[in-house]
Amino acid sequence: MSATPGRIAFATVVAFLGIAPFLPMAGMKQYMLHVVIQIFIWTFIGQAWSLMGRFGLVSLGHGAFLGIGAYATTLLWNFYGLTPWIGSLVAVALAVVMAFLVAYPCSRFGIIGHYFALTTLAVGEVVRLLIIAERDWTGGSLGVTLKAAGDASFIALQYADKQVWYYVGLVLWLAGLWVWARLDRSMARAAMEAIGEDETAAASVGIRVTRFKLWLTVLSAALTALGGVAYAQYITYVNPETLSGIGVSLRIVFAVVLGGMYSLLGPTVGTALTIALSEWLRIVFGVKFIGMAETIYGLLLVIFIIFLPAGIYGSLADLVRRRRRPAAAPATA
Amino acid sequence: MIDPIFLLEAAVNGIMLGGVLALLALGLNLIFGVLDVVWIAYVDLVMVSMYAVYFTVMVYGWPLWLGGLAGVALGVVLGLLVHVLIITPILDSPPVNQLLATGGLLFFIQSFATFLWTTDHRSVRIALPPLEIAGIFVSYARLISFVLSIAVMIGLYLFLTRTYIGTAMRAVSQDRGAMALMGANPQRVYLVTSAVGGAMAGVAAVLLSIQYSVHPYFGAAFGPITFMICVLGGLGNMVGAFVASFIMSEIIAIGGVVWSTEMGYVIAFALFIVMMFVRPGGIFARRQ
Amino acid sequence: MLELRNVTAGYGAFTALWDVTLAVERGEAVAVVGPNGAGKTTLLRVISGVIAPRGGDFVFEDAPLGGRPAHEIVAHGIAHVPEGRRLFPALTVTENLKMGAFLRSARKDFRDSLERVYALFPVLAERHRQRAGSLSGGEQQMLAVGRALMSRPRLILFDEPSMGLAPVMVLRLFDLIRRVREEGYTILIVEQNVRQVLKLVDRAYLLEVGRVKMHGRAAELSEQDFVRKAYVGL
Ligand SMILES: Nc1ncnc2c1ncn2[C@@H]1O[C@H](COP(=O)(O)OP(=O)(O)OP(=O)(O)O)[C@@H](O)[C@H]1O
Ligand SMILES: [Mg+2]
Repeated sequence: MSATPGRIAFATVVAFLGIAPFLPMAGMKQYMLHVVIQIFIWTFIGQAWSLMGRFGLVSLGHGAFLGIGAYATTLLWNFYGLTPWIGSLVAVALAVVMAFLVAYPCSRFGIIGHYFALTTLAVGEVVRLLIIAERDWTGGSLGVTLKAAGDASFIALQYADKQVWYYVGLVLWLAGLWVWARLDRSMARAAMEAIGEDETAAASVGIRVTRFKLWLTVLSAALTALGGVAYAQYITYVNPETLSGIGVSLRIVFAVVLGGMYSLLGPTVGTALTIALSEWLRIVFGVKFIGMAETIYGLLLVIFIIFLPAGIYGSLADLVRRRRRPAAAPATA
Repeated sequence: MIDPIFLLEAAVNGIMLGGVLALLALGLNLIFGVLDVVWIAYVDLVMVSMYAVYFTVMVYGWPLWLGGLAGVALGVVLGLLVHVLIITPILDSPPVNQLLATGGLLFFIQSFATFLWTTDHRSVRIALPPLEIAGIFVSYARLISFVLSIAVMIGLYLFLTRTYIGTAMRAVSQDRGAMALMGANPQRVYLVTSAVGGAMAGVAAVLLSIQYSVHPYFGAAFGPITFMICVLGGLGNMVGAFVASFIMSEIIAIGGVVWSTEMGYVIAFALFIVMMFVRPGGIFARRQ
Repeated sequence: MLELRNVTAGYGAFTALWDVTLAVERGEAVAVVGPNGAGKTTLLRVISGVIAPRGGDFVFEDAPLGGRPAHEIVAHGIAHVPEGRRLFPALTVTENLKMGAFLRSARKDFRDSLERVYALFPVLAERHRQRAGSLSGGEQQMLAVGRALMSRPRLILFDEPSMGLAPVMVLRLFDLIRRVREEGYTILIVEQNVRQVLKLVDRAYLLEVGRVKMHGRAAELSEQDFVRKAYVGL
C-alpha cells in the first residue's frame, strides 16, 4: 500500500486514538494536560473555521460566534442558573441566527474576497463592543467569572478535574475531524470547490451557491459557538479580548493556515504548534518581559506565512507526494 | 431628552474626527487600490508614529512641528519596510495569506510596543483652550487637526491627479499589467504607493497625537473602523472613503453622546453591515 | 532594426513559440498573420518584454533586449498596443495619453506629442475630458494607438487593432495606421484581417502552432494559393 498523505494522516489518527484514552492515566502533569486540552478545543474551533475557509470564505470574525457561545451559557448560568446543557443550545441557536443574518445577504449579493473578510471582521467587532457596552451584565472588558457550581458538577458542566476535560476535548476534536472528513467526502465536495474557484462557472452548472455558502457558514458558526461554550466552561472565566474581536479571530485563522486548511490534520497541526509555541514563549519570558512572548509569536507568524505559504502540513504533504513519485518531478531546470 | 446643543456639539466633533479618519481610510485605500492587499496592521503603524511624536516632543523636547515631521518620516519608512519585507515576497499569494502576514505584523507591533513602552497611556499635552463658537465648544486641537487633514487630502488629490507617478498609481489600480507597457516599473509604483500610504499614516499619527493619548492598543481601537470605512466607501474608491469617513464619524460622535462610546461604534458597525447588503460594492459602486 | 533569432518562449511547461526568426527593417511595416492560438500575441509579448524568452537572441537597434523587463524595453523605443487595448477605463482621455508619455524622455515633449496625437485623431481632442471607458470601441482603439505614440517610439507593435470593430471602422482604422506609418514609424502588426493588412505592409510572416511557416513580400504572399485559401478567403 502506498503512502499517500491522506492515508498517513488517517493512520496517525488511528494510532493516536489507540493511546489517547490512556494518556492522562500515565501521570501526565496537570500543566501538560492543560496544554493538550487547549489544543483539543482550539483545534475544534479551527476545524470549524476551516470548513468555510477552504471554500474561499475567509472569515475574520469567528470571534463573534465564539463570544456568543461563551457569553450566552455563562450569563444564562450566572443570572438564571440555566444549565449549560440547555444554555449551549441557546448559544448555538444565537450563533446560527447571527451567521444566517450575515451569510444570507453575503452570498445573495456576492460579497466575497476582501469584502467578505472585512465584513466578518466588523461582525466580530460588533459582538466584542456589545459585550463591553453591556458591562452591567457582562462585566465589560474585565470579563466575568462563571459562578461556582458547588456539588452540581454535571449540571453546571464544571469539573475541577482536568482529566474530564481531557476526554471532553478528545471527543470534540474527533467530532471536528469527523465533520471535516464528512464534508470532504460528501458529494458536494467537487461542486463546492468549484464555488471557491469560480462563482459563475459553478452557478451556471446549476449549483445553488447561495444555499451551500449559507449552510457552510451556519454549520461553521454553530460549531464555533460550541467550541466557545467548551472553552468558557473549562476556563470558567470569559472576557471580550480572549473570546471575541479581531485578536482571537486572527489566532484561529493563523493556526489553520499555518497547519494547512486543505488537509484533515492541518488545523490540528497548526493549532498544536501555535499553542505550544505561545505556551513555550510564555514560560521562557515569564512575567519579566511583558509582551516579548507575543512579539516573537507575531514575528514567527509573519515568517511562517512568507516561507510556508501552503502551511506546515500542506508543505509536508507535498514533500511526501514528491518522495513517492520522484519521476513526476519536473525535469526542467 | 438630550440638550440639542450637545447633539450639535457632537455633530461638529464628528466632522472633526471624520477628517482624521478620512486620512487613515485614504491611505489604506490607496494601498489596497494599487497593490490589492489590505494592511491589517495599518493603524498599528500609526500607533508607532504616535510614539515617535510623543518621545521626540515630550522626552527630547523637540518643538511640535519637528516632532510631527519625525512622525511623518517614520511613517514613510515603516510603509516602505512593510512593503519590502512583508508584502513583496507574498504579492502573488492568496489573499488570506496576505491578510495573515500583516495580521502577524499587528501582533508583533502591539506586543513589541507593550514590551518597550508598557501599556501606559501617554499624551502630548499641548495646552490649547477650547474654542467657543455660538455656544458650542470645539476643541482647538481638533479644529487644527481637521484643517490640516483637509489640507493633506487636497495635497493627495493634487498628487494623484497632477503628477505622473500619482496618475500612474491610479492607472495601476485599473490595469496592473498595462502600466509596465507605458514604461513604469511596477515595483517602483508599489514602493511609492507604500511610501505615500505610510506618509498618510504618519500625518494621521501626528494629528491624532494632539487629540488622544497613545498606548499599544491604539491600533485595535481605530483599526476596525478604518477598514469599515474603506469597505463602505468601496475598497480602492477614494471619494467613497472620504464620504464614508464622515458618515461613520458622525454616527460614532452622536451615538457616543446619546448612548455610550461603544454603542456609537456598535451602531456604526451595524450600519456598515446593513449597508453592505444594500450596496455591496460600497456606497458609490456602480451597479453592474 | 529589430531582429529575433531562434526565439523560443512559452507559459509554464507549455511552449508557444519555437525557434522563431524574424526581422524588421527601419521604416518597414511588417505583418504577422496566422490562425488563433498560433502564438502571435506571445511573439509581441516577448518583444515588449511582458514575458521573457526561453532561448534565442533578441536585438533591437544593436541592443540585446532578450529578457529585459517591459518598462525598460519601452525606454528603448518599442511601444506595444496590446490585444484588447488595455486602456485605463477610469482615467480621462488626456490622462491615458499622459500615461503613454510616462517615460522620462517622453515627458518633456508631452505637449508636443499630445498635439500630434490630437491632430492625427481629432475625435480624441473633442473628448479629452471623457473617461476612456465611456468611449466607443473605435475611439478606444484610436486612444490605444495614440497612447503608444506618446512614448515617442521608433517601433510600434499592434496586436489585432481591428478586433471588435465594425467593418466600416476597420477600414478607417487601417487608414489611420497607414497615416501613422507615413509619419515615419516602423510597424509590426498582428492581424486576423489578412486581406486588409497585406495591403498595408511591406512584408509578412505566417505563424502556425508557434513556428514561422512562411514569409515574404506581402504582394507575393497574398498570391500564394495556400495563403489565399486559408486566410484571405478567396
Ligand atoms: N497566459 C497564458 N498562459 C498559458 N498559456 C497561454 C497564455 N497565453 C497564451 N497561451 C497559449 O499560448 C498559445 C499561443 O497563444 P497566443 O495568445 O500567442 O495566440 P494568438 O496567435 O495571439 O491567438 P489569437 O489569434 O487567438 O489572439 C495558445 O495555445 C494559448 O493557449
Ligand atoms: Mg492574440
